[in-house]
Amino acid sequence: MPGMQTTTKPPEMRQAIVTLDGVTKRFPGIIANDRVDLVIRAGEVHVLLGENGAGKSTLIGMLSGLQQPDEGRILIDGKAMPIRSPSHALSLGIGTVFQHNMLVPSLTVAENLALGGKWWQKPRLGELAARVDEIARPLGININLDAVVSDLSLGEQQQVEIVRALLRNSRLLILDEATSMLTPQGIAELGALMRRLVERGLAVVFITHKLGEAAEFGDRVSVLKLGRKVGEIGPDRLRSLEHDELVDEIVSKMFGRNAGDGAISIPDRPANDEALLAVRDLRVLPGKDTSGLEAISFMVGRGEILGVAGIDGNGQKQLAEALAGQRRTDGGSVTLAGRSLDGLDVGKRRELGLRYLTDDRLGEGTVGTFPVSINYFLKQIGEPPFWRSGIEHSREINTHARDLTRQFDVRTPSLSTPVGRLSGGNIQKVLIARELAEGARAVIFNKPTYGLDLANTQATRQRIRDVAGQGLAVLLISTDLEELLSMCHRIAVMSQGRLVGTIANGAGAGERVGRLMIGLAA
Amino acid sequence: MGGFLSETFLAALLFGAITAAIPLLLAGLGEQMSEKAGVLNIGIEGMMIAGAYAGFLGAYYSGSFWLGFATGAAAGILVAALMALLCVRLGLNQIVIGIALTLGLEGLTALLHHFQFSRSYPRLPAAQVTPIPLLAEIPVFGPALFRHHLIVYLAVAAVFAMIWVYRRTQLGLNLQAAGDKPAALDVAGIDVVRTRTAAVLFTGGMAGLGGAYLANVGAGLFIPFITNGAGFLGIVLAMLARGRPLWVLAGALIFGGCLSLTTAAQVAGINVPTDVIQMVPFLAVMAMLVLFGRRASLPAALGIPYERGAR
Ligand SMILES: Nc1ncnc2c1ncn2[C@@H]1O[C@H](COP(=O)(O)OP(=O)(O)OP(=O)(O)O)[C@@H](O)[C@H]1O
Ligand SMILES: [Mg+2]
Repeated sequence: MPGMQTTTKPPEMRQAIVTLDGVTKRFPGIIANDRVDLVIRAGEVHVLLGENGAGKSTLIGMLSGLQQPDEGRILIDGKAMPIRSPSHALSLGIGTVFQHNMLVPSLTVAENLALGGKWWQKPRLGELAARVDEIARPLGININLDAVVSDLSLGEQQQVEIVRALLRNSRLLILDEATSMLTPQGIAELGALMRRLVERGLAVVFITHKLGEAAEFGDRVSVLKLGRKVGEIGPDRLRSLEHDELVDEIVSKMFGRNAGDGAISIPDRPANDEALLAVRDLRVLPGKDTSGLEAISFMVGRGEILGVAGIDGNGQKQLAEALAGQRRTDGGSVTLAGRSLDGLDVGKRRELGLRYLTDDRLGEGTVGTFPVSINYFLKQIGEPPFWRSGIEHSREINTHARDLTRQFDVRTPSLSTPVGRLSGGNIQKVLIARELAEGARAVIFNKPTYGLDLANTQATRQRIRDVAGQGLAVLLISTDLEELLSMCHRIAVMSQGRLVGTIANGAGAGERVGRLMIGLAA
Repeated sequence: MGGFLSETFLAALLFGAITAAIPLLLAGLGEQMSEKAGVLNIGIEGMMIAGAYAGFLGAYYSGSFWLGFATGAAAGILVAALMALLCVRLGLNQIVIGIALTLGLEGLTALLHHFQFSRSYPRLPAAQVTPIPLLAEIPVFGPALFRHHLIVYLAVAAVFAMIWVYRRTQLGLNLQAAGDKPAALDVAGIDVVRTRTAAVLFTGGMAGLGGAYLANVGAGLFIPFITNGAGFLGIVLAMLARGRPLWVLAGALIFGGCLSLTTAAQVAGINVPTDVIQMVPFLAVMAMLVLFGRRASLPAALGIPYERGAR
């Protein structure tokens, strides 16, 4: 069996499928990749780690034919081989799940999977179903082939993309933050699948911001920092290191400092326990392909962080939107500090102190082409003091924007930079700055650390703890169980549009929440 | 002599509606494909006038209407190739190039025609019609609807061919992806530039055909500026139809009917000021825009040149 041979070979003898040899890629004003050497071997899961902007995706862009290196060479099976185009990459057996969604929103899932066939062929949608089932089932992924992509949640879309990459029978599978929107189970299944694939002799490049995943699934870890490769940990060392040692080593490579500050710290709660945000029997009828909400009731007290766990796509987004006033409800009531919010629109709810941080930061959270400064005040457009009688007061806006930028540590070249050009973590900071401004009483965070690097993740989590510490009520929706366990007082679990249980955080809470998530009793 | 309900009027109106609708239909179907693929083809008016002129020359010198259609389509494709080079491959602004092509070709064809024919406007013989057996015998409607040049039936058949392409073929998927999310098409291994180029060339061919029909069958001669906004109406139709070929057909018939009102009224001897009747098509455009235009959802990447790997 060739698979057996591959795995039993000593690591350094494993066959190199792709070799990067001193690859450099420049963009105006920045060196995204600086003389990077990298060997991707058959039979290995090669993890790429690095902060936001370290150059991981740029590297992948060159491997998948989207970009050409400015210097250096790419070798395939030991032979120099410029990868001219995405179709060339595909024909070389390189399949990629890109960080940014690469599905056509107006087409169905099946049509998206069929995309790429020769134009004179008929799309074989029938055959597809069987093959998709074969691939998706062991992964625990349930795909509705007839759903239009724009109706799917981002997590479901990510699942579709993973299945698509697997459909192609690649020799090298690249996953660029493909787990960012998956559930803990989904991630574990994907990890198991990666292991199976490399045992068959494939190579996998796996990019993640979660060190736990890197340690668990990786055979080899390479760390990028500011476009340079600053370290590589081979299979032998990886196996011999204790988990904590490994995390320390990687963190110090990535950030030049030690971990340990990602630990659990649940903020103290003020003694006063009045319920600030109360939701009773909230109901939203299900849509065509979206889940509804059924009899949702909960309360969040002052200074309390209530987590909402659950597999992605079980109504979390609908809940957040219904609370924020962005989605019509079909029953139930929401009160904030004793005032009923029923029937109020987004603006009124915001005014009364209910704030919502969307998970779709660029799509609905900000206007990408607007400057950072305007994005801070997007929800106050036309209102004094920033606008007076319809006229924009740039000085007022800029002074306040400068304060917020400093206060929330937003790293932006200038206030007039379009917000879309910032990195994910900084866009998130702009959103946080905006939503926490004056008069916030209850804040809903929807996947607040999705796609952020370790430093930004920790900063965001600390910010959420601070918010609760100031006596606000926090609803924290996340698919990252560790995140919820590290900061929530209580964790409610959503499944198919219902709250199936609420667990007080503490010893053993993780397992109990996990059991609820997969449909068992706590 | 009759009124608006007389048989003469009705027959003239229907026949005229179809004759006027065909160029709009061809242009609309062509534009629809470009837009689907993400290219706003404003140059279509120029492609049409080029098709009208070349189509007329082809038919005039060869005596064959079919050769006229061939030269018309070829001229449209030639202009489209220039547009594809500038806008799709080089990524220049589609609106600017489209307007430039239209203005340039209107002038060029007028000039060439003047050199060639001076102030005379030679006419072609009447186009040969192919009556459809049995159907053509129906009183009033038969002669109006089923006694046309073969190309008319082909144009209507093209509507259904387009529906099939968009709904059932890989090409349809590729076109839609090119217009909605070109990067997704690119990473699926299909060349976006080629897909869009093909769509633009198709538009050129259809527009050229429409122009040739307009000159050779509709008018029987070429006069400078003969298309008179037909290409632009095609753009309106494509926008309103939101990707549906059948809607282009419906819209073309409505506009065609409005355009033929004047002639039909004259034929039937009805006395309405022509100025009033000539306003009808424009009122129709506005009415349709008000009714359907608001909901017009256009491809997300329409008008945006695709550059691989750009952020
Ligand atoms: N097409 C482009 N044009 C200009 N600059 C670019 C382009 N692509 C990437 N960059 C820049 O190159 C740098 C590296 O970006 P890259 O996307 O590779 O980072 P990353 O490691 O994938 O980060 P993240 O974890 O946030 O995804 C960033 O500073 C980015 O702004
Ligand atoms: Mg990236």
